[in-house]
Amino acid sequence: MNAIEIPFQGETLCALASGALLWRARDLLIVSDLHLGKSERIARRRGTMLPPYETRATLERLEADLAATGANGVLCLGDSFDDLDAATGLEPQDRAHLVSLIEGRAWHWVEGNHDPGPAGLPGVHHAELVMGPLTFRHIAEPGAQGELSGHYHPKLGLPGCGEARACLLFDATRMILPAYGAYTGGMPATAPELRALIGSPGFAVLTGSKPLLVPYPARAGAGRGRRRF
Amino acid sequence: MTALPPLFDDWFAKRGWSIHPHQREMLARADAPALMLIAPTGGGKTLAGFLPTLAELADGSHKGLHTLYVSPLKALATDIRRNLTIPVEEMGLPIRIEDRTGDTKQTAKKRQRADPPHILLTTPESLALMISYEDAPRIFAGLKRIVVDEIHALMEGKRGDQLMLSLGRLETLAPGLRRVGLSATVEDPEALASLLAKHPEPCEIIEADPGPDPDISMLRTEAPPPWAGAGGGYAVREVLEQVKKHKTTLIFHNTRAQAEIFFHKLWLANEDDLPIGIHHGSLSRQVRANVEAAMVAGELKAIVCTGSLDLGIDWGDVDLVIQIGAPKNVKRLVQRIGRANHRYNAPSKALLVPANRFEVVECMAALEAVKAHELDGSPRGPGPLDVLCQHIMITACAGPFDEDALFAEVKTVGPYAGISRAQFDDCLDFVATGGYALRAYDKWKRLLQRPDGLWQLRDPRSALRIRMNIGTIQDADMLKVRMRGGGGRPLGEVEEGFASSLTPGDTFLIGGQVVRYETLREMTVEVTRRADREPRIATYAGAKMPTSAQLAHRILDDLQRPDWPELPRHTRDWLHLQREVSKMPERGRILVETFEHDGRHHACFHTFAGRHAQQTLGLLLTRRMETLGLHPLGFVGTDYATLVWGLDELTDPAPLFEAHELREGLEGWLTSNAVMKRTFRGVASIAGLIEKNLPQVRKTGKQATFSSDILYDTLAKYDPDHLILRVTRDEAMRGLVDFARVEEMLERTKGRVDLVRAARPTPLAAAMLLERDRVPVAGAGRERLAEQEAARLLKESGLAAFGAPTVAGV
Repeated sequence: MNAIEIPFQGETLCALASGALLWRARDLLIVSDLHLGKSERIARRRGTMLPPYETRATLERLEADLAATGANGVLCLGDSFDDLDAATGLEPQDRAHLVSLIEGRAWHWVEGNHDPGPAGLPGVHHAELVMGPLTFRHIAEPGAQGELSGHYHPKLGLPGCGEARACLLFDATRMILPAYGAYTGGMPATAPELRALIGSPGFAVLTGSKPLLVPYPARAGAGRGRRRF
Repeated sequence: MTALPPLFDDWFAKRGWSIHPHQREMLARADAPALMLIAPTGGGKTLAGFLPTLAELADGSHKGLHTLYVSPLKALATDIRRNLTIPVEEMGLPIRIEDRTGDTKQTAKKRQRADPPHILLTTPESLALMISYEDAPRIFAGLKRIVVDEIHALMEGKRGDQLMLSLGRLETLAPGLRRVGLSATVEDPEALASLLAKHPEPCEIIEADPGPDPDISMLRTEAPPPWAGAGGGYAVREVLEQVKKHKTTLIFHNTRAQAEIFFHKLWLANEDDLPIGIHHGSLSRQVRANVEAAMVAGELKAIVCTGSLDLGIDWGDVDLVIQIGAPKNVKRLVQRIGRANHRYNAPSKALLVPANRFEVVECMAALEAVKAHELDGSPRGPGPLDVLCQHIMITACAGPFDEDALFAEVKTVGPYAGISRAQFDDCLDFVATGGYALRAYDKWKRLLQRPDGLWQLRDPRSALRIRMNIGTIQDADMLKVRMRGGGGRPLGEVEEGFASSLTPGDTFLIGGQVVRYETLREMTVEVTRRADREPRIATYAGAKMPTSAQLAHRILDDLQRPDWPELPRHTRDWLHLQREVSKMPERGRILVETFEHDGRHHACFHTFAGRHAQQTLGLLLTRRMETLGLHPLGFVGTDYATLVWGLDELTDPAPLFEAHELREGLEGWLTSNAVMKRTFRGVASIAGLIEKNLPQVRKTGKQATFSSDILYDTLAKYDPDHLILRVTRDEAMRGLVDFARVEEMLERTKGRVDLVRAARPTPLAAAMLLERDRVPVAGAGRERLAEQEAARLLKESGLAAFGAPTVAGV
């Protein structure tokens, strides 16, 4: 599997095509914004019944990444569940699938704005987490050093190369991970919220069939809008 | 038989009018349960539809709603109200007439519900909304007649299917309701009539005298039309000349973008300051209303328009219709021509302006067809199930319903007469539970079956959301455009995708003005008048229609003639040259031309299957060529041909057209394709799987929203037989994929392929090189291009050295 190796704060992190990040030295796979149980939450709150397969799709992707990397640890960077009721409302087979992935692995749940508390699953719950030089929290904080976060679902398109894709953003001090969940949209990487966080020089790694490393765009206009609902 | 009260005869006599024979006939047969009038524009069709109503209401004894009039356009409803009010007031009839559309104010709507007028003029969407109200039975209880205007246009799409379902409901609420359809000239009146009637009852048809043949010809221009394109800009000067010579001219375009561009060019050339307006569906209501008012008042010399003016609005003194771009189908051309000279028994005058060289030929063929009174059209399939799903939700909004009764009702609806119980149950299951193979939503069902067997909404509050999403019109997400600091006055709308591609300072055309993009604020595009750059072209929804099969055949036959004396010199010479250096395409053969151009191998397939089918063919052919190792890089499809370019030469085209191979290719390709995703988007929102309109203010650019493409991919992977995917597949095959036209082409050519290897682009193929809508082929080559682009960006940025992120195996 191709990956982009990124030297970061004295460590080496590998960006995978799926949007996961591998910290080889710690045997840790880092993913963010799984939004498991999103369709159930939407059905509960809005009454529209989206195809209830996003949890399965997301877990299958995660399972494939774990098999390919052989990682024994997983760190979920928040918004792992679309809300805490969605965590308890998982379909039995989806829940069993998730538990089978957790079993035998060091599993860290960092909380997010959608899941601000333990979700009643195996693994360790953290508000935020520090490991060596790296700090893991869901929402980036201004001025942080060596911080990995999620929350924004950044996406970016290349001129002339089709639709925007979910992407990892990073500069020398922070990384913002793409959303890993199947039913997740994106915020253009050039939105003011993200511009305020990513310094220069900054980079993006686009997800897709292969990870693509590109410079963080210097001006607006790169992230094209998609139809949303 | 309804007799006309003497009052009416006096009124007619006073105006010097006499009743047309078909208007009398409509009165005579006013008791028919279903009645359809086919009459040309200007034949007093609408009055014919209303005369029985006016006669029945004249004595003032009827209380409540008597006649519902449904038209495809809001403008038409308003226009008819105005026109109908005149005789009613002048004769002093005790009749209240009101209209109700999406534009009607909330207070007026409320009053109409409490105290309905005698005659209510509305649209299919507003009617569907009214049917969703709990008090629908009371509102419609006394309803006697429903008049469906421009039924030929409505029944071309899902709006007609929805309307007919609403009629089925109304029949239950007001038994004995009489149905009247008013139609322009169509190729198969019986088929149309059978959709209107309560199935399986018959529908009587009255055909009015079609009037004299139109006076129609091609506009002669000094400059020849360009090789490709669709704008007609080369003819601006001659069009202005014609506008000057006539009282009022309608200038029709096939798309909104073309109308905007042409209007802009017209203004630049309009040295005499002729009053000219523009009218299309993306302009704001206010802008459209102003143009309509000015038009009625006779203040405009010309109006640049699209299909939004296609229908029977009475524009008074229109004496010339100009059609820019080939009309694509003869029926629509005939109906458009009917806009000119709105007087019975006077010939309509029309001019065609072909937009490019090939369209000259198409216009010639269309003229012949009009002369021969040959209309085209293809039968529509049965009523689509996504519309039925929405109808079930609408029914549930009105109150608890019995599934057997609803099924029986749906079976009486023309387009759904053939529906099976299993299909109906599928739709009901989808609405109630989502219809997934994984039964995940038992707790959150949309509909619940009560102990007494009736179905009802689980959460009554969901009625609000359902009502907000009623309708079958699929526009891309549009953003309002406002002048900065211009108060509450929107100029119109542009597609969200277009808006997001703008950077501050970019300029674009809207409502004929060049405006400068400043910022996007809360779903509104803010612009200013400082326009100092060449405008970009806004994109609008509204796909181009393909040339009809009948017209394509006529073109092919015309190409076989030894000469074309009626054509302008430039086009004749061009066709003769084609014959000289290559061949003329034939109806029964496939002509393939190959040549090198710009360092790429090109192959042009002249198969005349219409735009959609030619694009499908492009996808299928390039797929086959990719497996054959010919490295196709892209293609472009027009109504007449598909041009493919790539790295290697095609030397043996015949095997590409093996019907079996093509069909197999279709199966594999269909699931993962953009056309399917686009079709899915429409089907899913009509069926209520996704909701476009939400009660709270919609957010933009936030991570909480995601594309419907993701839903499509997920469903295709985990639940490929889901109802919505089945409906999507059916619709795509009939619509944008248009595989029937590919089949038709294969059938008429039966594997007879001619290959012409040319040294340079042939005359017919050369025009293709200039076509805009080029489609890149997503093969191995394109993936490499993305990688190259990424590498180039990285290198250009001079950042490659920083921290040296590298590609490595994991």
